Amino acid sequence: MFDLDLWREIFQSINKNRTRSLLSGFTVTFAILLFTILFGIANGLKNTFKEAFGTDANNSIVIFSGRTSVAHNGLQAGRKIQFKNEDRDFLLDKFGDKVQYFTSKVNKNVNASFQGEKNSYEVRGVYPEYMFIENNVLKEGRYINQNDIDNKTKVVVIGKVVEDDLFFKVNPIGKYINLSGIPYKIVGVFTDDEGDSEESVIYMPISTTQSIYGNNDYVDLMHLTYNPEMNSDQALAFGNSIKRSLKEKFDVARKDQRAIRLFNMAQGTKQVDVMTFSLTIIILVIGFGTLIAGIVGISNIMIFIVKERTKEIGIRKALGASPRSIISIILIESIIITAIAGYVGLLVGVGVLEFVGPSLEQYFIKDPGVNNGLVIGATLTLIIAGAIAGYLPAKKASRIKPIVALRND
Amino acid sequence: MLQIHQLHKSYAIGDSSLHVLKGIDLEVEEGEMVAIMGSSGSGKSTLLNIIGMLDEADSGDYVLDGLPIKNLTEKKAAVYRNKFLGFIFQSFNLINYKNALENVALPLYYQGMKRRERQEKALFHLEKVGLANWAKHLPKELSGGQKQRVAIARALAANPKLLLADEPTGALDTKTSYDIMAFIQQLNDEGKTILMVTHEEDIANMCKRIVRLRDGVIMEDTKVQQVRAEQYV
Repeated sequence: MFDLDLWREIFQSINKNRTRSLLSGFTVTFAILLFTILFGIANGLKNTFKEAFGTDANNSIVIFSGRTSVAHNGLQAGRKIQFKNEDRDFLLDKFGDKVQYFTSKVNKNVNASFQGEKNSYEVRGVYPEYMFIENNVLKEGRYINQNDIDNKTKVVVIGKVVEDDLFFKVNPIGKYINLSGIPYKIVGVFTDDEGDSEESVIYMPISTTQSIYGNNDYVDLMHLTYNPEMNSDQALAFGNSIKRSLKEKFDVARKDQRAIRLFNMAQGTKQVDVMTFSLTIIILVIGFGTLIAGIVGISNIMIFIVKERTKEIGIRKALGASPRSIISIILIESIIITAIAGYVGLLVGVGVLEFVGPSLEQYFIKDPGVNNGLVIGATLTLIIAGAIAGYLPAKKASRIKPIVALRND
Repeated sequence: MLQIHQLHKSYAIGDSSLHVLKGIDLEVEEGEMVAIMGSSGSGKSTLLNIIGMLDEADSGDYVLDGLPIKNLTEKKAAVYRNKFLGFIFQSFNLINYKNALENVALPLYYQGMKRRERQEKALFHLEKVGLANWAKHLPKELSGGQKQRVAIARALAANPKLLLADEPTGALDTKTSYDIMAFIQQLNDEGKTILMVTHEEDIANMCKRIVRLRDGVIMEDTKVQQVRAEQYV
């Protein structure tokens, strides 16, 4: 039931005892403010980590080949290991269930020209899956598809920088671009938020690249992503087993570190995971500590308030206040103050993050922000703590004999 | 109006206990004005507090207006205090952040009276003690005599059967004391039953009956010729 008179009593008490109300409110505001800012900054640090890692699929494994450094099985050191198309089938056969996307890749450098504009770019002969591995976003047109691979079609997908360099006010889709003397039809334009270097690339079906630039089935490197459900330890083990089976296939000594090299993003992921984990722990400890400080603060103030009001409680009881009305007046007052103060702390905290956030980027804090639910949860915790901390002394005070309360000066 | 029989009360002081009231028998009729006198430690304030349901007796009977006052729950005691009793304290005991009108209206709030009605009634009582013009003033802006008048208005607001005064003039100068006493006498003339603790002879003589306590027992209980306070004002 809404008791207007009760609320009048409470607001009068809050309003007329401003110092007391402000002090107890300040404790809560400050706790929530600190909580918000600390969490915001920590989240900013996390964001920086994430960004430093880029948008490449971070479950990538890249496999390179080189020359053997150790003689093995009667084969001498210095032998060149060359991946071919069949190695993709070999690995997919063996590890297909652990692989998410797989592409072999051939890299070439070409001089490209379109209607007199010229520049040199990197051409990557790839399979259609490469788009997902690189996290490319199609701006226009389509990507390379299986049909292109099968038919060795002369089509390319160009990066946005290539488009900007060579095409002025012309839609490149359907135009022919000349790459070192051979015209290719442009079927798509892509963007990549890793920046200009990743956007000044031209993609081509790997079969086309192989037939035109070498007429062989040689592959420069293989790039795959593993099943994202694997954790970093499993992924590292997976990388090692790939390496081992390739070494067997190519008759390479186990201890040979040069012939087959493998770059596993899980290595970095693991480090970042550990980093993020410890950061999260630190955040939790700090946040928890702030909350506890806030709880202790509000509890102290509630005990003090009840003590300060003992005489008033005595007067009210002598005039016929029931214990319940005494408790509700004290409790509701504390809840209102903590709720308002917590909200102010939240607003100020979010405001501060919003205001100084952009200037913190140089300190590796990017987009500091907090989850509103979290801060509201923290405020609720303080409200409940304040209510409990107030309830016990209020209950005690409501039971004091009025005569004892009245004597309290 | 009020019957007390064999009332006992002790306080624990450390390991020992102090026997403050040692079997009090007292009857007060409606319309009486009784002064309870005694040196400090005689138990007079304790008696008043028990009568006022601010404190509880250890044993004995206490009947107020036909209602036995025993083993009351806090809630029930609160209701009885509100309905039957009006308190006047030596130290006024006004709530310092409420103005005179709000202080007077507080017992009515606890009666569940509507705000408008409450304020009208409170103003009526303030007028009666001659402080209608001070309704919006806080206690700290009032003199001692004015504060006690506000306290009296508050005690009267709920129209209690019995008015209890604990050294009502203890904190006031002589002139103001007589002023307040004149007013209390006037209330008694109008039929209010009044019980007052004091240690000042002149104040006691302004009542109609004097009960003298010593060491927790009633030594003397006499009707006196009331000295009217108006003549000193």
